[in-house]
Amino acid sequence: MNWIALRMLTGDRVKFLGLVFGIAFSTLLITQQLTVFVNLLMRGASAVYEVPTANIWVMDKVGRTPDVTLPLPTTALDKVRGVPGVAYAVPLLRANATIRTPDGKVEGVGVVGLDDATLIGLPRVMLEGKREALAAPDSVFIDAVGANKLFGRRTNVTGIVLELNDRRAVIAGVTDATPTFTSGVILYTRYSNALNFVPGTRKRMSFVLAQTEGGLAPRAVADEIQNRTGLRARTSAEFAKDGIDFIVQNTGIPINFGITVVLGVIVGVAIVGLTFSLFIRDNIKQFGALKAIGVTNGKIRMMVAAQSALVALIGYGIGLFLAALFIWGPGDVDAFKGFYIPWQIPVISAVLTIVMILLTGVIALRSVLKMEPAEVFR
Amino acid sequence: MNTAITIDQVVKEFKVGDNVLRVLHGIDVEVRTGELTYLVGESGSGKTTLISIIAGILYPTQGNVHVFGTDIYSLSDNDLVKFRLKTIGFIFQQYNLLPTLTAAENAAVPLIAAGVPRAEAVDRARVLLEKLNIGNQADKFPRAMSGGQQQRVAIARALVHEPQLVVCDEPTAALDAKSGRRVMDLLREVALAADRAVIIVTHDNRIFDLADRILAMEDGRITSDGASLPAGHD
Repeated sequence: MNWIALRMLTGDRVKFLGLVFGIAFSTLLITQQLTVFVNLLMRGASAVYEVPTANIWVMDKVGRTPDVTLPLPTTALDKVRGVPGVAYAVPLLRANATIRTPDGKVEGVGVVGLDDATLIGLPRVMLEGKREALAAPDSVFIDAVGANKLFGRRTNVTGIVLELNDRRAVIAGVTDATPTFTSGVILYTRYSNALNFVPGTRKRMSFVLAQTEGGLAPRAVADEIQNRTGLRARTSAEFAKDGIDFIVQNTGIPINFGITVVLGVIVGVAIVGLTFSLFIRDNIKQFGALKAIGVTNGKIRMMVAAQSALVALIGYGIGLFLAALFIWGPGDVDAFKGFYIPWQIPVISAVLTIVMILLTGVIALRSVLKMEPAEVFR
Repeated sequence: MNTAITIDQVVKEFKVGDNVLRVLHGIDVEVRTGELTYLVGESGSGKTTLISIIAGILYPTQGNVHVFGTDIYSLSDNDLVKFRLKTIGFIFQQYNLLPTLTAAENAAVPLIAAGVPRAEAVDRARVLLEKLNIGNQADKFPRAMSGGQQQRVAIARALVHEPQLVVCDEPTAALDAKSGRRVMDLLREVALAADRAVIIVTHDNRIFDLADRILAMEDGRITSDGASLPAGHD
């Protein structure tokens, strides 16, 4: 009977396509919005993910995220280095500045000052130039998204001279960094250079990046740092989560994306429910005839389930494909740089699709099950 | 001729708002095998209600209905559905063919519902369509067929599983006189046998002369029973 059910459904092309469209559209909306939401949140942690060679971030007691903290005195670095269990510790400066490009464009930028000796904190992949180039006076590396934003998609920005807070800065390379939540231009330079580029008070160091000695638990060493220095120490995992939590707590993003996802479900239920109900209504006589002939309610349920399953499977597949196309289709678009679809999102979309199709299927089925077979004679 | 159906003191009442409407008043009748039995009467006379009860798709308020020896309303719901599938063939006024299935597939529906493999069911349906002289229409969809052809497909669907009882609701209502008579001839030829019964609800007086027995109904009662209608009825 399932074969008959599927022929009934696919034979009515307009309604079949309407049902598939409803599910596909909902899946697209849910998957795409959840993907953008999750990846935007992940950008709150991208500054931490870019530093794989330090597993503890030490900051002022009030520090919350890589971009929300108070500077530390230089003595903090030595204090951290003196804590047992710390293999090494380096300074990191994160500050805001203003640049002027050769063509007069003014832009706010983030300046990241890296330990002169180790360059810990520099993104791993260089698209242009070599790491050693940062040793040159006034040299800075620019992140690829920032370079595109300032100069367009030029192949070579190395050698361009910028005016960085009234000082000369020369682009010596381009890094492939994951954009931060604010997607601003990021300039990387040596710590000593950064101190010159970014004016300020005595306290200039934003963080101390520390690495534990082999085998020690980062959390235990972080506790030791806190006890001995009075500073706040977070493991990389904790600090990444802090960045994400900050966005969740301080922006309307979760609510807005949540509303869109709920709208996706509502639109899906509305389109699919309405179309399914129309389909059932148009075929109610035929269903009645089948019941009179001797098709049990159990088989009718299976028929509607088969129809629902087919619609769900095709609609979900198309929706997922379109969502993937939406994220990756445009190619090298900075807005989606580093975006991926975590496996949990297709699972969530699938669960919501099943809920939608069950809900609409049950509603549509009710009229068939309630129908007395004798009605076909009326 | 044997007894195919025994209807014993069947009463049917419907609730209409706060009132109870009695549409069948203690019907007692037997239908025999090998006969083309007509159930005739004006709209509202109760003939559709009676045939629904005979066909096992509407529970009577009182009384018993035996179809080929089985007290059908003592069966469980599921057993009654299985009984219908095995024993009864239905022909509806509007054919009620599935528009997205071909003629052969439509005719094969009762077999498929009974669990016969699809290919075998469709093959058996094709044979029957040949017998009904529409074998060349087997792969056509209902919308591409005339009313008469669709009715033949409906007849094939009603007979494909070789039921003992065939119930027809106004089988000629949507057909012209010539097509209607041809359909009735076919029904007599294909559906009727010594061990089978055919009951037809109709008020199409163009085909009254083709009946073996006519049961006339009025206000929920059988008012005449014979080979033809008494004078005054038409």
